[in-house]
Amino acid sequence: MAAVLPCGAVADDDESALSPRRLLAWGGFAAVLLVAPLIFSSNAALAYLSTLGTVMIFCLSYNMLLGQGGMLSFGHAVYSGLGAYFAIHTVLWATRGSLPIPLVLIPLVGGIAGMAFGILFGYVTTKKAGTAFSMITMGIGELVHAFADMFPGFFGGDIGVSANRSYGTPFLGLNFGPQLQVYYMIAVWVMLCTTLMYAFAQTPLGRISNAVRDNPERAEFIGFDTRRVRYLVLIFSTFFAGVSGGLSAINFEIVSTESVGIMRSGDALLYTFIGGIGAFAGPIVGAVIGTFLTMKLSDYTMAWQLYLGAVFILFVIFAPAGLTGVVEANWRVMRSGLFGRVLPRWLAVLAAMAVMLFGTVILVELCYAQVFGAQKAAVAQFQASLTPGTLAAWWSAGGALLLAGGLWLWKGRKAFREEWERVNAEIVAARPEGNR
Amino acid sequence: MRPLAVELREVHKSFGKTPIIRGARLQVPQGERFAMIGPNGAGKTTLFNLISGRFGPTSGDILLKGESIAGLKSFEINRRGLARSFQITNIFPRLSVFENLRCAVLWSLGYRYSFWNRLRGLKDARERAEAVLEQTGLTPRRGTLAGLLPYAEQRALEIGITVAGGADVILLDEPTAGMSRSESDAAVELIRKVTTGKTLLMVEHDMGVVFGLADKIAVVVYGEVIACDTPANVRNDPAVQAAYLGSHVAKRVPA
Repeated sequence: MAAVLPCGAVADDDESALSPRRLLAWGGFAAVLLVAPLIFSSNAALAYLSTLGTVMIFCLSYNMLLGQGGMLSFGHAVYSGLGAYFAIHTVLWATRGSLPIPLVLIPLVGGIAGMAFGILFGYVTTKKAGTAFSMITMGIGELVHAFADMFPGFFGGDIGVSANRSYGTPFLGLNFGPQLQVYYMIAVWVMLCTTLMYAFAQTPLGRISNAVRDNPERAEFIGFDTRRVRYLVLIFSTFFAGVSGGLSAINFEIVSTESVGIMRSGDALLYTFIGGIGAFAGPIVGAVIGTFLTMKLSDYTMAWQLYLGAVFILFVIFAPAGLTGVVEANWRVMRSGLFGRVLPRWLAVLAAMAVMLFGTVILVELCYAQVFGAQKAAVAQFQASLTPGTLAAWWSAGGALLLAGGLWLWKGRKAFREEWERVNAEIVAARPEGNR
Repeated sequence: MRPLAVELREVHKSFGKTPIIRGARLQVPQGERFAMIGPNGAGKTTLFNLISGRFGPTSGDILLKGESIAGLKSFEINRRGLARSFQITNIFPRLSVFENLRCAVLWSLGYRYSFWNRLRGLKDARERAEAVLEQTGLTPRRGTLAGLLPYAEQRALEIGITVAGGADVILLDEPTAGMSRSESDAAVELIRKVTTGKTLLMVEHDMGVVFGLADKIAVVVYGEVIACDTPANVRNDPAVQAAYLGSHVAKRVPA
């Protein structure tokens, strides 16, 4: 839909680091990190925000591979997970007093552990690019998961390894017992890692990894060993994955074998893609949405994974540049002053989607109620009201909404696309020759 | 005689049981412009792929500036000062034109896999990329994503990427393929300009381009170099006329 342009490559190289736009973006990011827990101060919100921070770092590190380097990994959780294990064991050692290390440096332990395994496994996975790379990462992910189940001494078996994060002497008066203190520690690490990963994208190696993503063969003919490039990028990426693992170990005070599993790796792909792999901020946006769907939606419905999967598929098909890509494309139209022409069609499409969504949700929830019984969570409260009499009405209402919304969307989408393409063609035509 | 930039010694290459290159011999002195011509399927592009290291020869030896490069990887050969372009446009489509060129200069300026420099701070890389941008006439397209350029400009960018790293041996594979007359004239001018003082070896079908640019012409037929001489001599070579140029040219050129 919005993917008229190939998804964006990199930030404008001419823009200085201290341009007003950049300062605004970074300042805004820091301010949001700072203020968020003051606005959303409930325990549940704090837990969400803390987890979100760890997931952000995880997704950003994942996108160093996928978006920047063109490497589709199915085993990124290996590095965050192992980082988490080493972090939690370090916490245990420190608690026993055999290792004097403050809690704020535990994420660094996770990062170093993640990186060490990146050096080890990455040597194998980055031998190949493309599909072969994906398959090897998946194999290694399964291998590590199986390994984790075999050695309960280190990996804790079914119950995992737990520790108490408030050990030792307080750091600057903080003992990191309260969730708010943990949140701010995570926030500092988020800011630090985001800055470092952004800086990495602006180095020669970062840019060459874009080149290898675009055209590995060409990169070899300008002097670069593409395998070496992939390997180095992966090593950096696994460091940040390890940091995120270390942070989540502190956040949850428990690490279990699922943290190295393929599901966790899949989450990175889903979230990052939904946010948009073409923009640096894409994974951040994706983490916000993905974590929200995972943590909040699951309170309301059993079918949350189905919804998450459906959202992912819709993005892959209709908006491969992700949410940031959609916003970027619309921002371009807005700046040209032509947004007024696409807005009514946008609204029609969105309304049709809402109707369809509503119908779909009714049908999906009815199916779940049918199979699992109507006693789960909040959406089920509507299900609790189901009687044999109203049941048929709900089924037909859901079906009708889905159908009507579908038809409306089918028509609306065509109209939207026509106008969208016309407007974009005008924008291109209106530009001075050089910037087309 | 000038020292040789590229030398092929009895090079053979087979794919499976099929011999494609069958004992090719060629000597390209430094600083000369060579055109490689021959019928479709004669093995011109395969020779290019062998010289540039896309794959290694089955037997025989390939020398770059007197040193054997047979079996080396393409990036190793590139680092020894040989760069090539491709028959099918081969650029970095999702990078801007400027970034394409800046990537192409990084290795030769010694930045390699650097993660401790900021790209923006690298004045020499910027200046060199700007210079090539200027040379190729792509300055107005500086910020455009390379994948969105019109075809002729993509070809110009391809040549720019090839020469940007400062290699002194340049291989161009059909640089004017698919271009209109005026576009191809512009491309010839560009090639002449950017290869001044360098060794050029190019595959080309357009005889206007060949005779306009080349000091020497190498004729490849069935995986062998059957003639290698000045354009005038090649034109009059009976073996060439018989084997490649065909009867209609033979008639036009009085023997």
